[in-house]
Amino acid sequence: MLLDFFRLGLNNLKRRKLRAWLTMIGIFIGIAAVVSLISLGQGLENAITGQFASMGTDILTIQNAETGFGPPGSTAITKLNEHDLKVIEGISGVEFALPRYIRTARAEFNRVVEFSTITNVPENQVEMEWLYSSGGLKAGQGRLLKPGDNGKIVVGKNFGADDVFGKPIVVGKKILVEGKEFEIVGILKTSSNFFLNSAILMMEGDLKDIMETGEEMDLIVVKVDNPDDSEAVAERIRKTLRNDRNKKMGEEDFSVQTPLDTLKTANTILIAIQIVVVGIAAISLVVGGIGIANTMYTSVLERRQEIGTMKAIGAKNSDILTVFLVESGLLGLAGGIIGVVIGGGISYTVSFVANIAFGSEIIAFNLPFYLVAFAIAFSFSLGVVFGAIPSYQASRLKPAEALRG
Amino acid sequence: MAERKKGSAVIELKDVHKYYRLGDSVVKAVDGIDVKINRGDFVAIVGPSGSGKSTAMNMVGALDIATKGDIFLDGVNIEHLPESVLAQIRGRKIGFIFQTFNLVPTLTALENVMLPMMFQRISLKERQARATQLLEEIGMRPRLNHLPKELSGGERQRVAIARALANDPEVILADEPTGNLDSKRGEEVVEMLKKLSKQGKTIIMVTHDMEKAKYADKIYRLKDGKIVNR
Repeated sequence: MLLDFFRLGLNNLKRRKLRAWLTMIGIFIGIAAVVSLISLGQGLENAITGQFASMGTDILTIQNAETGFGPPGSTAITKLNEHDLKVIEGISGVEFALPRYIRTARAEFNRVVEFSTITNVPENQVEMEWLYSSGGLKAGQGRLLKPGDNGKIVVGKNFGADDVFGKPIVVGKKILVEGKEFEIVGILKTSSNFFLNSAILMMEGDLKDIMETGEEMDLIVVKVDNPDDSEAVAERIRKTLRNDRNKKMGEEDFSVQTPLDTLKTANTILIAIQIVVVGIAAISLVVGGIGIANTMYTSVLERRQEIGTMKAIGAKNSDILTVFLVESGLLGLAGGIIGVVIGGGISYTVSFVANIAFGSEIIAFNLPFYLVAFAIAFSFSLGVVFGAIPSYQASRLKPAEALRG
Repeated sequence: MAERKKGSAVIELKDVHKYYRLGDSVVKAVDGIDVKINRGDFVAIVGPSGSGKSTAMNMVGALDIATKGDIFLDGVNIEHLPESVLAQIRGRKIGFIFQTFNLVPTLTALENVMLPMMFQRISLKERQARATQLLEEIGMRPRLNHLPKELSGGERQRVAIARALANDPEVILADEPTGNLDSKRGEEVVEMLKKLSKQGKTIIMVTHDMEKAKYADKIYRLKDGKIVNR
C-alpha cells in the first residue's frame, strides 16, 4: 500500500520546478560533506600519522619555543646551540643527539634561480644510517650521501620529476647552492614525508659552511636507547635544560616532543578539521531541511484544489498526510542521492589527486555501502521531519474549502 | 454494474441550513431545504449564481457539514460522523464530477481513474483492470497513458466521469459538468449521465444551462438558498 504512495510521490517529484530543487542545495552540500569526510577520514588519518610514524618511536625532537610577537630577535630567547647539544648528549637514556638544520637556500641550475629547502645529513656513519632508516629515505636514482661526501648533494623526488629549473635534474649534474657548486649524486624516492620531496640534502659541514650557522641550530633530534623509555628521557631533558638555562617550569624557551606528542598534534589537527566539516554539514542540512519545509508549504498552497479533489474521491486525512510526507521524504532522498554522488566524487578526486601528487595510495578511496545507505536513509528522514508540519496542514484542510482553491 | 432497485429514497434532506459568517454579516447560503431523491433519479438543480446550488451539493456529498438539519444518505445520517468515516462514504458511495475536471495533473488518465480505488485499498492489479475497462467503455482506450494536459476538455471530463465511477458509487454528483465545455462536448457528457441514470445510478447535476437541465427527470430551482418550485 505504501508503495502506491511512493509511486504517487515520485510522479509529483518528476514535475518539480527548478526552484524546488534549488532549495535543496543545502542537503546536497551537507550530505556531500559528510560522505566525503567519512570516506576520506581513514585515509587522511593514515596519511597524517604516516608523516610522523615514518620517523619511528625512538625519536625525541627538541625545538626552540615560539618566539611570540615582535620581530625576530626582539625577545630574549636562547636558540638551541652546540652547548645544549653537549648537555643533552650527557643525559642518561640518550644514545645520541643530532643537530638538524632546515634552511631556505638560493639554488641555481640551468641559469634558473629558485629558493629551496636544504637540510643536513650527519657526518658520522651510524648517525647517518639511523637518519636514513628512521626517515624512510631511499635513493630512486643514484645513491644516498655517505661519509666524506662533501661537495655532493642528494635532491628530493620533485626535482627529478618537475621542471623546477626549466629542465629536470639528473644525477651527475652540478648545481649552485648559495653560490657554491655541488654535484648531484642521487635523487630520492617519493617519500610519504612531503617535506623531503622538495628538499636538498647535504653534508652537515657543507650546510654549516654555506649558511654560516655558527653555534645555533634549528632542531635537536635525539635517539633514545630504549623506545619504551622515551617519555622518561624527554622529562629528564626538560629538567636538565631548564636547570641549565635557569628557567622555571612553564617558562621554558624550548620544547621537547615525543612521538606520542607528535601523533597527538596530528590527531588534534585532524579532529579540528573534522569538527569544522561536521559543523558545515550540520548547518547545511538544517538549511536544506528548511528548504524542504518551504517547498512543501508552497506545494500545499498551490495544490489546495488537488487536495480537495483527493478528499472528495475518498482520501482520508491520514492518506493526504502520507502523500505529502512521502513526497517530502523523497525530496530529501533525491537530495541525499545527489549529495552522495557529489561527496563520492569529491573523495575520489581528492584521493586520485593526492595519490598522483604524493605517491601511491597515500589517501585511499573508500565508500562503504553502510555509508551510502545511511546517508540516503538519513536524508529521507530529514525530508519527512521537515515536511511534517506542511503535510499535517495539508491533511487538515476542509474538503469544501480546499476544492474552492 | 448491476441494476439497482428503483424508487426508494437514497438521499433525504430535512430542513437543511448552511450559514456562513462573512465579516459582520451572516450569509444564508442554504436556508431550509427539504427534499427526497429516489434511487435512479436524474435530478438537475438550477438557479442563479449565489443561490446555494454548490453549497447544497457539497453537503450532500459529505464535503461540508450543515449548520442545521439532517442529511440521510442511504438511510444514514451523515451530519454527525467523523471525517474519517465521511471520507469512506465519499469514496464508496459518491462519485464527483467537477466543472474544472480536477484531474491530478501529475497522473495519467489511467492513474487518475485508479486513484479512488487506491484510497479504498484495492489491489494494483484490480485497479488497473477496472480503470482500463471504465476508460475503454467511454472510448478513451487510445489515451490511457496521457497526462491531463495532453487531453482536450471533453476527454478530460470523460476521464473524470470514469474516475467518478471507479468505486461503483450509488450517487453521482456533477457540479456544472458542462460549464467548461462547448455545447457538443457538453451534450455528450449529459448523455453519458442520462445513460448512467438508466443503469440505476442516482444523478444530481448542478447547472445553469436550461438546455442541459432538460435531460433530467426532475428540476429543482434554487433561489436565496430555498427551493422555489416543486
